[in-house]
Amino acid sequence: MASYSSSSLSDIIFMLLFFFMITTTMHESEMLVQVQLPQASETQKLEKKSLASYIYVGSPTPQLRRLFGDSPRIQLNNAFKQPWEIGEFIASERDQLDEAERSGMTVVLKADQNIHMGLITDVKQELRKAEATRLIYAATRPEVYD
Amino acid sequence: MAKKLPQINSSSTADIAFIILIFFLMTTTMNVDSGIQRQLPPMPQEEQPPMDINQRNILLVFVSASNDIMVGGERMDISQIKDKVKEFVLNPYEDPHLSDFEITEVDNLGSYPVSLGVVSLQNDRGTNYGTYIQVQNELTRAFSEIREEVSMRYYGRSFTELGDENRKAVTIAVPQKISEAEPRNIGGA
Repeated sequence: MASYSSSSLSDIIFMLLFFFMITTTMHESEMLVQVQLPQASETQKLEKKSLASYIYVGSPTPQLRRLFGDSPRIQLNNAFKQPWEIGEFIASERDQLDEAERSGMTVVLKADQNIHMGLITDVKQELRKAEATRLIYAATRPEVYD
Repeated sequence: MAKKLPQINSSSTADIAFIILIFFLMTTTMNVDSGIQRQLPPMPQEEQPPMDINQRNILLVFVSASNDIMVGGERMDISQIKDKVKEFVLNPYEDPHLSDFEITEVDNLGSYPVSLGVVSLQNDRGTNYGTYIQVQNELTRAFSEIREEVSMRYYGRSFTELGDENRKAVTIAVPQKISEAEPRNIGGA
C-alpha cells in the first residue's frame, strides 16, 4: 500500500493556527476579584476591543480573602487599587492609544451583581473627572427571554 | 564530489504545529464583551447654575437602598417601568404633566415631534448593583421599543435592519436621554 504524502499537513495546521491567532485575543489580566456579571437583555457588543480598558469591581477571590477581607475592591490591571488611582490608570491607558483613537476610548466596567452602588458611584465619579465618559456596564444576556 | 544531503524528516512538524494550535486555543478567548452602553456626563466646571429644564420634561427614577423603585413619585415594580417611560416619552394624549415635544426636521425622515423628556436615574449608595443594571436595562428597553415602533411606521422595517442613514435618523428622532444624576446618600451604606 502506498503511503500518502503528509508534507502538506503541517501547512494546513499552520494555517489554522494563524486563523486562531488573528481572530482571538489573549486572556486579560488574572482575576483578583470575583465577578458575577448581572444579566441584561439590551446589551450591545463592544465595538473595538483595542479601545477598551477594563475595571473590575467585586469581592476578592476566596484565596485572597484571608489577606484582604471580603469587602468589595477595585482591580486595575493586576492589582487592587483605590478609587482615586483610576485617574492615573485612565491616563496611562489613553497614552497607549493613537491620537486619533483617543476619543473612542471605552471603559468596560465588570462589576459583581451583588455589590452596593457606593463603590460603583465612586468609580463613575473618577471616570468623569478623568474625562473617560464612554462606559459599558458589562452584562451577560440571559438564556431565556421573557 | 558533493555528498547528497539527506532529506530532513518533516513528519513531526505537523505535531509541533498542533501543540502550538492547542496552546493558542486554550489561552485566548473569542467572546466579545457586551453590556449596557452609557455616556457619562462631563464633570461640571466650577459653580454652574443647574440646568433649566421644565419640570414636566423630567421623569425621576429612583432606586432606594432597599432596592425599591420609584418612578415619577409612584412606587413601582420593575416590570412596570418600561411602559411608564414609554408613556412619558411618547405622551400620546398630550398630557401637560408628561414630556413636551419639539417639531424637528430630521434628515431622511421629515418633521418629527422629538420628545424633550429626560429620564433622570438616581440611586443610593446602598442600592444593589444588580438591581441598578436591571433598571438600566428596562430604560434601554423602553427606548429601543420606541425606536422600533418609529422605524416600523416610517420605513416599514425593523430598526436593526435599517441602513446607516435611516438608523441615524431614527436615533435623532428618538434620543436616548437617560441622565445618571449626581449621587446621593440617604440610606447610609
